[in-house]
Amino acid sequence: MAKRLMFEKPLGMRDTLPFFYNQKKKARELLTEEISRFGYLFMDTPFLEYYETVGEASATLDQQLFKLLDQQGHSLVLRPDMTAPIARVAASQLKNAEFPLRLAYDGPVFRAQQTEGGKPAQFEQVGTELIGDHSSYGDAEVIALLIRSLQRAGLDDFQITIGHVGYVRCFFKEILGDDPAITEELMSYLYRKNHVGYQEAVKALAVSDEAKRSLMGLMKLRGEDEVFDQSKSLARNQECLQAINELKQLYKMLKQYEVEQYVSFDLNLISHMDYYTGILFEGYAPNLGSLLCNGGRYDKLLPSFQLNASATGFAIRLERLVEALAAQTEKEQRIGILVDDDTFSDGLKQAQDLRSEGKKVILQHVDQVPDLQQFKADLAEAIDLTTGGGRDA
Amino acid sequence: MRKPLTIAMPKGRIFEEAAELMKKAGYDLLGEQEESRKLILEFPEQNIRIMMAKPMDVVTYVEYGTADIGIAGKDVLLEQDRDVYEVLDLGISPCYIAVAGLPDQPLSKIAPKIATKYPKVASDYFREQGEQIEIIPLNGSIEIAPLIGLADRIVDIVSTGRTLKENGLVEYEKIVGITSRMIVNPVSYRLKSKEIDEMVNQLSEVVGEDFA
Repeated sequence: MAKRLMFEKPLGMRDTLPFFYNQKKKARELLTEEISRFGYLFMDTPFLEYYETVGEASATLDQQLFKLLDQQGHSLVLRPDMTAPIARVAASQLKNAEFPLRLAYDGPVFRAQQTEGGKPAQFEQVGTELIGDHSSYGDAEVIALLIRSLQRAGLDDFQITIGHVGYVRCFFKEILGDDPAITEELMSYLYRKNHVGYQEAVKALAVSDEAKRSLMGLMKLRGEDEVFDQSKSLARNQECLQAINELKQLYKMLKQYEVEQYVSFDLNLISHMDYYTGILFEGYAPNLGSLLCNGGRYDKLLPSFQLNASATGFAIRLERLVEALAAQTEKEQRIGILVDDDTFSDGLKQAQDLRSEGKKVILQHVDQVPDLQQFKADLAEAIDLTTGGGRDA
Repeated sequence: MRKPLTIAMPKGRIFEEAAELMKKAGYDLLGEQEESRKLILEFPEQNIRIMMAKPMDVVTYVEYGTADIGIAGKDVLLEQDRDVYEVLDLGISPCYIAVAGLPDQPLSKIAPKIATKYPKVASDYFREQGEQIEIIPLNGSIEIAPLIGLADRIVDIVSTGRTLKENGLVEYEKIVGITSRMIVNPVSYRLKSKEIDEMVNQLSEVVGEDFA
């Protein structure tokens, strides 16, 4: 192996230089402020945990864990997410605290990356966990808080897609009977986003044409709240109806929170093979190629720390949020055209042309500007058509 | 003005076949640009932008979100295992990945060597067969490897079998069938779902799939 050069860092590790540091700080402050307003209490846990406990309980894939050994030879992991460490704390130090627990965090997590660039191995997450409330009120609170926090941080354009993994499981159960092998196979196609594979697997199944049509129909259950009604023609068993009712209930409450315009549904959304157990969600923003945030209800994690409780939460990728916010400000940048009496008509023509290209243009008579330098500093581009041509007033 | 829908397409024959399908689906992307060497083609009246890419790179552009949609061979998807939606089998450029080698040559008992452009597909396949093998990665003209004694077998794309035959090789096992697939970036899949679903629906009618 080549000797490392002075400036090199391990794969996926990045420096945070002052400009980006400040942007992150600002976004973090706004998020944590909003989360605190909902009564969530911030806490932190160590970077290192035992592989046997947090490492194995975590939703992060084993090959993405950074593993190391301590002096006694125990396997340790760098925390790959905050949910598992917080579950550990909730089930030990906080187990006698008043439930439901409302906990929140912000801090770096670590995930070993393979060989490629553009995917950090250390990134910061800001998130919440609502532990011991298994109601739809809990699901709604967490999703509403996620949306409010993103709004508070200044993000205008984003979408939260909600699914229900319990629905998918009972859907397969109704149509295929209790066949874990086929269910797992079909779920794994959905998880890997391989719709072609799903379709081929369904075609190859030894079931009735009607069952196949239902299985194909599952793929179409995405969009707004109309999917609830559409779903009824596909599966009618008690468990499916109950899952749909939970989603309806959730949607109703999200309307009461006045955040429903950010929400869409996808009943075949599967973010993880066996971690989430009920309602789950992912968030996306334009100009980001990958997930901005995600979360959902998990019922098996706390029992693995010997605490019998249901929980739900979300995590926002802070660096990606900053990236999305930066893309948004770029979009909002304005062009200014400075004119005087003689050049007004030229300026107006240029402004109209630029506006018809979709640009944001200010047309300004120079006499009305008290401080030209300040005026220009606030613009992405200044076009000076005055006879003085850029001379200070 | 809406941002155009960006489609990464492989250059060459697959582009022509895919463009033909798109045309039938109501998206006219052919024209005088065919002969051009431009890598980015704009179709403002349809709000579409085409990026011409190496077939192996299409999935990369789509995963990172620089392209919303891509046309990629299943071979590349299997080899690279990227986080993208595979939404439609376009059925074009059918071929398959197979194991081939010199006739009547049993696989060496000690560390059999496999030359291939598809290290992951090859090692996954032999692992499933219970064989431990060693991979020799090559970028082209894989058929040479068994002839000169570099490898016991090759794992490569076969479409007509002519190259194998002319080099005195035989096919041992078929691994998997390959066609071109339409893939979608996970964020575009959500945020541009209207335009993308429409395109997928129209294309699936053209290729005769009964759901999108």
